[in-house]
Amino acid sequence: MLIPAKLRAPGWYRVALYDVLGFAFAFGLTVLIRWLMHQHPVVDGKAITIVALLAVPLAFLAGLGTGDYWFYWAAGRPQRAEDHSQHGAYSWRDYFRVNTDHKVIGIQYVVTSFFFLFVGGLLAMLIRAQLAKPGMQFLTTEQYNGVFSVHATVLIFLFVIPVFAGLANFVLPLMIGAPDMAFPRLNALSFWMLPVAGVIMLMSFLAPGGSFAAGWTAYAPLSTTMPIGQLFFTIAVQFAGASSIATALNFLVTIITMRAPGMSFFRMPLLVWANFSTSLLVVIATPFIAASQFFVLLDTALHFHFFDAYVGAGKDGNVIMYQHVFWFYSHPAVYIMMLPGFGIISEIIAVKSRKPIFGYRMMAFSLLAIVVLGFTVWAHHMFVSGMAPWIRIPMMITTAIIAIPTGIKIFSWLATLWRGVLHLDTPMLFALGFLTMFTCGGISGVMLAMIPFDIHVSQTYFVVAHLHYVLFGGSLMTIFAGVYYWFPKMTGRMFDERLGKWHFWCTFIFANLTFGPMHIIGIEGMPRRVAEYAQQFADWNLFISICSFFLGASTLIFLYNIVASWRGGPRATANPWRAMTLEWQVPSPPPVFNFDAVPTVVGGPYEYGVPGAVHGIFKPPVEAQKVTAGATAFSTPPSQESHE
Amino acid sequence: MRTLRRNPLLQMAILGVVASAIGIAIALFVIPWFPTDASTQAKNVHTLYDVLLIVSVPIFVLVETVILYSVWKFRMKPGEEEKDGPPIHGNTRLEVIWTALPAVLILGLCAYSYAVLQSNEKNVPGSMTVNVTARQFAFEFSYRNAQNKVVVSPELYLPNHEPVIFHLRSLDVIHSFFVPQFSEKLDAVPGIVTTLRVTPTRIGSYPVECTELCGAGHSLMRAAAVVVTPTAFKKWLASQSTSTPPPVGYPPANAAQNGVPGSTTPVANPKPPKL
Repeated sequence: MLIPAKLRAPGWYRVALYDVLGFAFAFGLTVLIRWLMHQHPVVDGKAITIVALLAVPLAFLAGLGTGDYWFYWAAGRPQRAEDHSQHGAYSWRDYFRVNTDHKVIGIQYVVTSFFFLFVGGLLAMLIRAQLAKPGMQFLTTEQYNGVFSVHATVLIFLFVIPVFAGLANFVLPLMIGAPDMAFPRLNALSFWMLPVAGVIMLMSFLAPGGSFAAGWTAYAPLSTTMPIGQLFFTIAVQFAGASSIATALNFLVTIITMRAPGMSFFRMPLLVWANFSTSLLVVIATPFIAASQFFVLLDTALHFHFFDAYVGAGKDGNVIMYQHVFWFYSHPAVYIMMLPGFGIISEIIAVKSRKPIFGYRMMAFSLLAIVVLGFTVWAHHMFVSGMAPWIRIPMMITTAIIAIPTGIKIFSWLATLWRGVLHLDTPMLFALGFLTMFTCGGISGVMLAMIPFDIHVSQTYFVVAHLHYVLFGGSLMTIFAGVYYWFPKMTGRMFDERLGKWHFWCTFIFANLTFGPMHIIGIEGMPRRVAEYAQQFADWNLFISICSFFLGASTLIFLYNIVASWRGGPRATANPWRAMTLEWQVPSPPPVFNFDAVPTVVGGPYEYGVPGAVHGIFKPPVEAQKVTAGATAFSTPPSQESHE
Repeated sequence: MRTLRRNPLLQMAILGVVASAIGIAIALFVIPWFPTDASTQAKNVHTLYDVLLIVSVPIFVLVETVILYSVWKFRMKPGEEEKDGPPIHGNTRLEVIWTALPAVLILGLCAYSYAVLQSNEKNVPGSMTVNVTARQFAFEFSYRNAQNKVVVSPELYLPNHEPVIFHLRSLDVIHSFFVPQFSEKLDAVPGIVTTLRVTPTRIGSYPVECTELCGAGHSLMRAAAVVVTPTAFKKWLASQSTSTPPPVGYPPANAAQNGVPGSTTPVANPKPPKL
């Protein structure tokens, strides 16, 4: 063979080769087509970039070897016996190749997402520096539009959504007593699509005309008339979305088919319920954002005129259609970014209060209620969009109603705290901070549902305040809580509790000081997405900017704590929190195949305070039945459930 | 005193009522939320917001009271490291209450909001029509003067206490028309004409802001809304020169008033979207 083995084996050398081939393909294809169609110039940078944005990432994924097994299988070549050589991590290099171990993938996901948290956070610092004083500062308006667009996009598509997928990837199979996810190779592919999406988004800053700057909502026809940078968004979202959908399918199949004997649906920890609900949302909703961005791609690249319209000019595009398709994904996406956090909080509050979760079944049903209702509220983002006015009324009612299952969850957590033995350590502090900030965000959410008030505040800083209360105060607080809570399990080390508390108090205080006043300037009438504002908002904006810099600095405490503890923290025991769920019954970190013996689940996951209660036993079902005397199952006796 | 010390729920209820009262007082009287109201619509929205605050503050206080009380009373004390709480799995009556009560509250708020919306968007016969044309990055307001000729202005002049219907159009991308003092806002959408109703009630000059991201100049897309007495308005309108032919984007007389997309009547000098 002419090609050396290094270039034939999956890995980074082959990635380099394939990427060159991918680019050559994009170049050749566009030049050939333009030549055949008699278009001038034959070499067109924009056309080449569009095809390359699709071809090079696919070549990257192929080169790394995410699809080798399937290609062999499809080609009818002799299949290699599974020797688990792609499983587990023994050095840092194993994190930089295709790995099918859900624990390795979980850490790959979490670390990659946190990298993008810091990127997105730095962009937020740029935004606040620009807004510290009225009048133009160091960014031009185009650059400013680009910075906040990338800030939002990176944090939504490359932090909040994937970090939850990462935490669940690590924890969920352990929690249900499974050796891995249902489709380990698909899992690896899902992960590797993420850095692809992230690199494309950040590379847009290098595009001629600047990065995409139509907001993360990319409303047409602004997005279809933008410079080439906008297409980096359009295409990156396809990769992030495909990753999300594949992971969600994987979770659904894993949860439905791979639970340990005895683990009925109503014995699943609420984190599993939360990811089950989230995955349903992702599988149904995410294709819609893919569609909306394909519309934009076709409009921009091939002049389809989906969204090209204006009065009397004979163009029959439909501009509002974009918003309907976009929000049909992006409202459920709000719950995609919140439900896994609800799951994390349920785990932590039960364990740290040493009490069973209050109203377990209602907690599970309220998740499903949110899934169903989540699809009926999208047009509340469009109360001032000029759509048919009657649509606003049912959307107001459904939006308000969705507060009821959310309220059930909040009240149930409060009741779980009541008369518990509260361990107020870092994960618990973040959980309580979440309860406070998310309640604020929920209340302002109900206010925003009220149409006449929404008409006044939509597209103002009130909305910015609301969304940061739910995404920062809500999602990010649960993410921090979850990372601290499972840090001992993921790394086998304990984090520094004192630094963790410092991190919490700095985050909690400065987040409220940063986002709280935005409610006020929003109602006063300061529009969002502006690089420059009226003098009357100057004082508050300076205050907000100063607080936001402290908020940004507080994440450095977290970074230092995590890095230092991972390298040299004290060794963690298997179950430092005395939790009952299965992931804490194996060593920290867990062995490569999770369980030496398949566990049998004999009771609920949160039976704290019940004398002699057990959740899982590492014995086959027949033997496990004999020791279930003290276990309190939910309604059916364990003898019936262990048959499944 | 003794029952008070023994009964945590009673303690919390008292704390909660006091905190709610203080919270509502601060929310209603200390924080200056809205800019001055300058339309009947704004007055209604401000009252609606007051009601929302009165309902919201006690809910937030309830959550915080339970959290803080639990942290204070139930935190682990030395020697309780291995202790568990009582195994309370739920309480159906409580769960029914905290499902039903918020439901009633929320549906009540929806009904009230609906009433406000109806009143704010009521069709008032004899309203004056103003055409608002938005483009990157400016607003343009056009009127019919006494001679039924078109008058175009970069500033929005409105007679006080006279109901106005705005017809919003966009020539390129989506824009949004917002006057904070009017508490009304609506997108100007390419391809359709959208309609907004306002009745100004206060003489003064207010900012018109574009509130839908529309490109590089979005932050600078501002205009002024000037509310004057009806006589001053008539004088102003008469003093403006009429524009012939009609300005960019202004629908010709024979175009359907609702400007349905696909109408074949071309606009005079349509400006192509900026690429």
